Amino acid sequence: MIRVLQAGLHTSVQDIGRFGYRNIGVPTSGTMDTISANFANALLNNNKNDAVLEVTMYGPKLEFTIPTVITITGAEMSAKLNNISIANYKKYSIKKGDILSFGELTKGLRCYLAVKGGFKTAKVLKSRSFYNGITLKDSLKKHDTILYDSYVDDIVPFNSAIKSTTLFFETNILEVYKGPDFNLFTLEEQQKICSNKYTISNLMDRMGYRVKETVIKHSKSILTSPVLPGTVQLIPSGQLIILMKDAQTTGGYPRILQLTEKSIAILAQKKEGDIFNFLLV
Amino acid sequence: MSTFKLTYKPFGESAILIEWPQNISIDILDDIRNFSFKINNQNIKYILEVNFVYSSLLVIYNYNKINYINLKKELQFLYNQRLASKNNLKTTIWEIPVCYDIEFGIDLPFLSLQKKISIEEIISTHSSSLYTVFGIGFLPGFLYLGGLSKKLHFKRRDIPRLEVPKGAIAIGGKQTGIYPKISPGGWHIIGKTPISIFEINREKPCLVIPGDKVKFNPISKGEFKSIKLEIEAGIYKLKSVAK
Repeated sequence: MIRVLQAGLHTSVQDIGRFGYRNIGVPTSGTMDTISANFANALLNNNKNDAVLEVTMYGPKLEFTIPTVITITGAEMSAKLNNISIANYKKYSIKKGDILSFGELTKGLRCYLAVKGGFKTAKVLKSRSFYNGITLKDSLKKHDTILYDSYVDDIVPFNSAIKSTTLFFETNILEVYKGPDFNLFTLEEQQKICSNKYTISNLMDRMGYRVKETVIKHSKSILTSPVLPGTVQLIPSGQLIILMKDAQTTGGYPRILQLTEKSIAILAQKKEGDIFNFLLV
Repeated sequence: MSTFKLTYKPFGESAILIEWPQNISIDILDDIRNFSFKINNQNIKYILEVNFVYSSLLVIYNYNKINYINLKKELQFLYNQRLASKNNLKTTIWEIPVCYDIEFGIDLPFLSLQKKISIEEIISTHSSSLYTVFGIGFLPGFLYLGGLSKKLHFKRRDIPRLEVPKGAIAIGGKQTGIYPKISPGGWHIIGKTPISIFEINREKPCLVIPGDKVKFNPISKGEFKSIKLEIEAGIYKLKSVAK
């Protein structure tokens, strides 16, 4: 298992998400940056739905009590294995007693730690993804333990690295589709919404990202209707809220745009103060 | 059975949103339920999830297996066939016990004063209606209930409470609802139920599903306590009738 020596800011177990329960109001959850998480599982020849740790901004300090192979993808957080720097997108053999720690965040916001075979926390409603009120925990705390299966592989080839010069999330462009309520707004308003530059505010978490700019104040509401991760809502005060993986399943604000799945992953790597544009596809 | 003009809209790369006329109506809800039942009954592999609330139905699909245009055609075909399965559709009426004692219904005196009706009348009005579950959202297990008497419509609190207890029965605007867990909330609290609408460790985490009906059954503080004890002992069974 893994023993949490220090908690970090927000670390949670996530898989591809919880499907089939939106009709009772249970959100999808699952990895915010699915592209990086899938990459981590692929590097270890895991199943796509194997659970990984999603580490946000400031990483935890973890001790491994049984052997495995790990990899880290996504954000760059100056990871160290037994105090020696290790690189993202490489595989490392782990022995009993090895300690993984994280340092300064230099790229992105969320990194994914995968172990061979995935983490084996309890499945609740067919998923291991942490979500407050569904799973017992919503983030890892000091002294917590997480199970995984022992796996011994000493032959870690040096060339197992996948060179990542520029990561896919290092772009300021979020591709979007028109949302179901796009046409509630005039052509001029639509153009303004689509061409504006947006800055991410401090109100951003796994439920949603709110931007700082006020684009169009309005008093339009809709009869409560389904929303999805990636739905861009325009709230009456004129700001946008972009719903993310832990967002509620229904909403009453106009859904003006919808992020592509890739754009959800890109946005998941943005932090307060980062700037982005929409590109209608 | 009326037929409605539906609007199909793509919602991202892997969902279709189907909209009925955007009104709160039991006829529309029944039509959506029939359609949703029909879709679910087909066990179509590329359809991952179907859910509805009020006048909208969402179909989430695997876009590696089918595209929007073809799925839309398929759904339009199924909509025209939906009535064949109508007879299989059951509606469960749940009798939710509610203690309206002011120990729990902390906003009853305020509402009584503002609406100029007695507390007794608020309770009898609230507990005599049959409510329709138009959907579930906002929180796991939060029911959107339609059917609140106009007599009890009242605007939400100006400042939401930071903590509304689990099981609180409340009124906000034209709606009434049950808080499935402790959460912030701006509705006026008129009572409390000892039962858990949503309980993750149960075989069926959410007892009620969209399309069901709900009745509130007034109970005393004594009954509230005994139901709580029966729940803890695992012997309590919530009353329901399937029609």
